[in-house]
Amino acid sequence: MIKTIAIAGNSGTKVRSDCEIVLELKTEGGINIDLTSKVKVLYGESIKNLVVEVLDFFGAKHANIKINDSGALPFVIAARMEAAVKQLINSNLEYLPGFLKENSYTTTRDRFRFSRLYLPGNTPGLMINAGLHSADGIILDLEDSVAPEKKDEARILVRNALRQINFCGAERMVRINQGERGLEDLHFVIPHNVNLVLIPKCESADYIKQVEVVIAAIKMKLNLKNKVFLMPIIESALGIENSFEIARGSENVVAIAIGLEDYTADLGVPRTIEGKESFYARTRLVVAAKAAGIQPIDSVFSDVADMEALKQNVLVSKSLGFEGMGCIHPRQVSVIKLGFAPDKTDIEKARKIVLAFETAKLKGLGVVALGSKMIDPPVVARAQKIIDLAIRLNLISSAWMHEVTPIELKTLK
Amino acid sequence: MALKNVINAAGRSVPPEINGQSVVPYKGVGKHKPEGSKYSPPIPTCSDYPDDGNKVVSSLEEALHKCGLRDGMTISTHHHLRDGDLVSNKVFELASSLGVKDLVWFPSASFPCNDSVIQYLEDGTINRIEGSMNGPLGRYVSEGKMKGTAVLRSHGGRVQSIQDGEVKIDIAVLAAPTADSFGNAKGTGGASACGVLGYAKADYLYATKVIVVTDNLVDLPCFPMEIEGNYVDYVVVVDKIGIPEKIVSGTTQITKSPDRLLIAELTASFLEISGILKDRVTMQAGAGGTSLAIAVFVHEILKNKGWKLKFGFGGSTKYMVKMLEEGQMNFILDAQVFDLDSVKSIENNPNHIPYSVFNAYNYHSKGNLTSMMDIMILGATEVDLNFNGNVVTHSDGYLLHGIGGWQNCLHARNVILSIPLFRDRIPVIVDEVTTLCGPGELIDVVITERGIAINPLRQDLIESVKGSGLPLKTIRELKDEAEKICGIPQKPQFEEEIVAAIKWVDGTVIDVVRKIKTR
Repeated sequence: MIKTIAIAGNSGTKVRSDCEIVLELKTEGGINIDLTSKVKVLYGESIKNLVVEVLDFFGAKHANIKINDSGALPFVIAARMEAAVKQLINSNLEYLPGFLKENSYTTTRDRFRFSRLYLPGNTPGLMINAGLHSADGIILDLEDSVAPEKKDEARILVRNALRQINFCGAERMVRINQGERGLEDLHFVIPHNVNLVLIPKCESADYIKQVEVVIAAIKMKLNLKNKVFLMPIIESALGIENSFEIARGSENVVAIAIGLEDYTADLGVPRTIEGKESFYARTRLVVAAKAAGIQPIDSVFSDVADMEALKQNVLVSKSLGFEGMGCIHPRQVSVIKLGFAPDKTDIEKARKIVLAFETAKLKGLGVVALGSKMIDPPVVARAQKIIDLAIRLNLISSAWMHEVTPIELKTLK
Repeated sequence: MALKNVINAAGRSVPPEINGQSVVPYKGVGKHKPEGSKYSPPIPTCSDYPDDGNKVVSSLEEALHKCGLRDGMTISTHHHLRDGDLVSNKVFELASSLGVKDLVWFPSASFPCNDSVIQYLEDGTINRIEGSMNGPLGRYVSEGKMKGTAVLRSHGGRVQSIQDGEVKIDIAVLAAPTADSFGNAKGTGGASACGVLGYAKADYLYATKVIVVTDNLVDLPCFPMEIEGNYVDYVVVVDKIGIPEKIVSGTTQITKSPDRLLIAELTASFLEISGILKDRVTMQAGAGGTSLAIAVFVHEILKNKGWKLKFGFGGSTKYMVKMLEEGQMNFILDAQVFDLDSVKSIENNPNHIPYSVFNAYNYHSKGNLTSMMDIMILGATEVDLNFNGNVVTHSDGYLLHGIGGWQNCLHARNVILSIPLFRDRIPVIVDEVTTLCGPGELIDVVITERGIAINPLRQDLIESVKGSGLPLKTIRELKDEAEKICGIPQKPQFEEEIVAAIKWVDGTVIDVVRKIKTR
């Protein structure tokens, strides 16, 4: 039997900035729209016009449409309409809202990825202002945060969000699904300037290569030049065992992340706050990443109310060598960013070491000393890394060495 | 025949009379200065009252009967019992059963619990409400269903209207958590404690008849008396005047919305960077989720800097109490109380001082507290390109809120509206406010999650934050940004019929609300 009624989107007392559309395609009677909306007085006409336009785009001439709107923006309404239509009509057409020119930026391999904010891919209310919270990256998630029966409509919504929401310079990331569905997801997002794709539950370099092939094909077909980086997420024992190969799976892999909920489930042990059970996996992943010259990224911290515990968690994570962490709430962003950035004491110490090294070099001394302590080359190298980081984070001036006072130079001796 | 409308000083078309009473069109801030003497209620004689001082009568019905309740009277109530009020509705239920018609209800504010008065508007018991119109009541009025025209006043404007005789209260029915048989009453004690009773002050001083309704009768003297028995005609004892958990919330809740928290954080940063927040200033913020978060962020700044507020003006909340107790605020002055921590604090902390709107906000006072405040954090439903503010209607034209103390608070030195740029696609910054409640010359800064706009009249503030890294934008840039995201809204359609008048703090008519055109 042919399906004639489709439902897409969400409604309910807690739903905001979304709409639910019940679409019935008919063979006669024209287009009848029954609109319930809290913004009917302000946008009633524009909502109806948009609905008619989408139907026309897909060649539907006769339909009954019931819309329950809670203040959905036009790109959301269009996505919900398209999702409903595609449940009833087999079509490869895409009703694309305009692409904001502010969204055409690219990112670089070595940019900071301290904080990246997860956004459920089928919840538009959380997306609209997500860019305001200064996360290094924004992840539109098609995987675990989307209910199985909503996967198709989420793709369309995420596609439209990539075109229409200004994420204010955050790295534009999408987490695809696993396996075949994940490869299909790429067709919906890659053409819309995704900077980075997160590959969940990754267990082999082979899957990375499959993802690469699909992305390359899409880019070739559409003649896209933008870089699409990859961040595999390791969430199983097998994935950990293969982590180095995964990290080297493609030149576009710029980071690997660990997902501890699934990893601990795979081990069959509970996830604890102190995290002894995942210590090996975390350090193994850090080593694999560093060996491959990419960034190791830690798992999310799930208690969004406890900022103090988050801070402690970040400090532990940083001490293990991680260079970033996922955020599941915008309020976590600043705690995580601050945590991974070097603090004042770190910078001060590193400054002194680098200064002592440069002074010794000028004097032609083979041995570097600070006070009565000898400083080994790796210590200098680490201090230099902290200084570079501090400069990139605007914590000190790039010309800091020229601003050193003679008095301070004296104290180094 | 209806008289012709006039254009007031704010450019709004307003009628020369409302509910058959002539009114003065808005003339500008501080321009209207009525002459003559304040209104006085009739002279009572003590020999008409029982020598033993016992004014208790058997029921509210008997008290209303003895007060001579009849058609067309003005009945006042206060809102200190907030959403737990059981007294106001009872008055109209009795009036309805007695067949009394065309009453004017003059509350200091209404709450969702008062939605049931719609049935008494329907059956003709009540002609109109002069007070706040929230939720379903606002919708009822906006759709033109109320017989008379609503009149919305600020808290201070309510006192002004009583003092200059614009509103003559025939019977004030004043719920009191604790009272004695002579009529002395207070807001603390008993099962229905609400902290203070300041909003009832003008009512008991100026009403022709005063009824005190309590569920906690104590021996004389009920002390400290916020309502003095010498002004009271009858005392009624009932089982319950209110539902305690709805009178004050157990705790007032800070917003969890990341966007609102961002607004709060930006507001606190702005206060600090601009230098408005410093040692020994005064501040008022409300009890909304965003305001509470601002109080918390401000408290952090005060602690870090070792600064103290001279006093805070409340609506007291536990976050202000915390500042008081941890030493970042010297006094809290209270017009009302929002949560249990504050009720307790009022009972126990001598630096927590009742201070009614009668003194703080009243246009006919010899000076106002609000003009002495340094920092005033407020909200709004709409702000326009001229910084004019609206708090009573949304952009869809429906009445939704009362004015509260908002207009009065605009007289502070630095008035900041901390508001979202749009609420679920409903624009907040618009070309022209749907209803004008406060003139833009009094609004200094608008802080949204997407940027801060400073009124060009405040060049000093613009200078103070130059190069600070704060996201400064013009009000037009903010509006354009909102419209780019939400789309350009249609305007709501109105009929000619006026359903509500908006009074300025001085009693002049600053704007009107017209009936919504429904299709």
